[in-house]
Amino acid sequence: MSAPTAWTVESVRRALTAKQISARELTDEFFRRIGERNPELNAYLALCPERAYAQADRIDRQVARGASLPLLAGVPVAIKDVISTAGIVTTCGSRILQNYIPPYDATAVTRLEQAGAILLGKTNCDEFAMGSSNENSAYGPVRNPIAPDRVPGGSSGGSAAAVAAGLAVIALGTDTGGSIRQPGALCGIPALMPTYGRVSRYGLIAFASSLDRIGPFGRTVADVAAALTVLAGEDANDSTCARTPVPDYTAELHKPVQGMRLGIPKEYFGAGMDPAVRQRVEQAIQQLAQLGCTIEHISLPHTDYAIATYYLVATAEASSNLARYDGVRFGFRAPAASLAEMYRRTRGQGFGQEVKRRIMLGTYALSAGYYEAYYLRAQKVRSLIARDFAEAFRQVDLIVTPTSPVPAFRLGERTSDPLQMYLADIYTVTGSLAGLPGISVPCGTTPEGLPVGLQILGPHFEEARVLRLAHAFERASGFSS
Amino acid sequence: MSIRREDVLRVAELAHLELSEHEVQLYLQQLDSILRYVEKLNELDTEAVEPMAQVLTASPAEADPLREDLPRPHTAGEHVLRNAPEARPPYFRVPKVIER
Repeated sequence: MSAPTAWTVESVRRALTAKQISARELTDEFFRRIGERNPELNAYLALCPERAYAQADRIDRQVARGASLPLLAGVPVAIKDVISTAGIVTTCGSRILQNYIPPYDATAVTRLEQAGAILLGKTNCDEFAMGSSNENSAYGPVRNPIAPDRVPGGSSGGSAAAVAAGLAVIALGTDTGGSIRQPGALCGIPALMPTYGRVSRYGLIAFASSLDRIGPFGRTVADVAAALTVLAGEDANDSTCARTPVPDYTAELHKPVQGMRLGIPKEYFGAGMDPAVRQRVEQAIQQLAQLGCTIEHISLPHTDYAIATYYLVATAEASSNLARYDGVRFGFRAPAASLAEMYRRTRGQGFGQEVKRRIMLGTYALSAGYYEAYYLRAQKVRSLIARDFAEAFRQVDLIVTPTSPVPAFRLGERTSDPLQMYLADIYTVTGSLAGLPGISVPCGTTPEGLPVGLQILGPHFEEARVLRLAHAFERASGFSS
Repeated sequence: MSIRREDVLRVAELAHLELSEHEVQLYLQQLDSILRYVEKLNELDTEAVEPMAQVLTASPAEADPLREDLPRPHTAGEHVLRNAPEARPPYFRVPKVIER
């Protein structure tokens, strides 16, 4: 199979402006590619051609008029299925929302479309974004386009696979403990988790509210920056969305990186790391030094406690957020003679194994007699983890680590032991707990040809700095997809 | 075992989850191993540490995060009932409520 044309935000704009292709033809091309590859990859759960062509025609009329085009004019995008889309089935990868049709659009979706993006459809994910391999979807796993016998990572596996396979130019994912960055690493594309509160979550179906973020995947760092410029900023419908001013992230990309101080935390290079991953990441750090950055070895002493902290905080919040799925107002309902029985059966049959496991763990951690020992203690350790980062960022501008300790693993290889699956999030949950922005950028492949990701973490609201280093690395390394 | 079968049944009851016997066994094992893992948090002295109550410390831009509280039309209206498994507008319908 010939490699698909690697469309980017910039090349779409040039082709539309030069009238080499119409937005309608471009949309046709993407639906044709999806028709060819999606039966194997299972990246999309639903397509919305009517909405896509209506938007394409709007863009074509703007081109015909010679109007100035909005930032993402004609850019085909995919939306993770935990983000609400008016009139388009939104399942969260769960049986319990099998027929759910949201009455409104998430703010992130509205902003993409207002910027001219063409919405192609909804992407597969782990059920309620709970998982690291996309194998927890009620609608079947997603396959990694680089190696179809392997997972794409998770939970935003469908979004990552869609962009990596050329079935969308930009895709939205969500990150609670690594669910954007890890699949970005495993599929070999840039993937950004913005600062907590940077992007509105209105219309995002909640998993863990003190951790959840929406962020973009793209084929290049520049595309991720363009998407963030559109997505970021305050929203009257989300009181947790920050008012901090939004810079033009694209304009910030080209500022120099010379003299940047980069922290390399020793705790992120311990046991359990695949040797090929280690080699690629160490090489990437040398390349960053060659770009004129100063490499400083630092310590984030509470790193080893992050997985335990994360799985208590996230499951406690999930057990509360998922209480709303009771068969009364939306989604699946199991037949039963009484209301209480209806709740139990609906939830027992509607949720998958991992979701039930996390509801059980979270309910236990919050229950009388255990709250202080588990949830409260975890929130205290979370303060310590956040403090580690705050102290580190007094010495360094950015922190550089691997994104995932391992490259893409085989389907079914890790499903039997949930704890082992949780440990795969070791390098990503820390930034989640501390509310920091972080990106994963490709930094080469293993000898088997599997992508490796480099994670760059920054202080709160310093996405511009994170993106700038990622962009400089991408250009210098030539690992852009 | 740090968790007993009765605990699993009690938590399932609290969470309104009907579990099969197989699931009770499975979660007993798995929750036990996860809970033993998270006990590593006890290694730390957290006596004097404040629990993290919010993710971002207030910057001047975030000092007043609330918008003006003004009534606005609710546009979702009848769409809301369309997703109901069973409805008799303007109500959701549920099975008979019986004292548990």
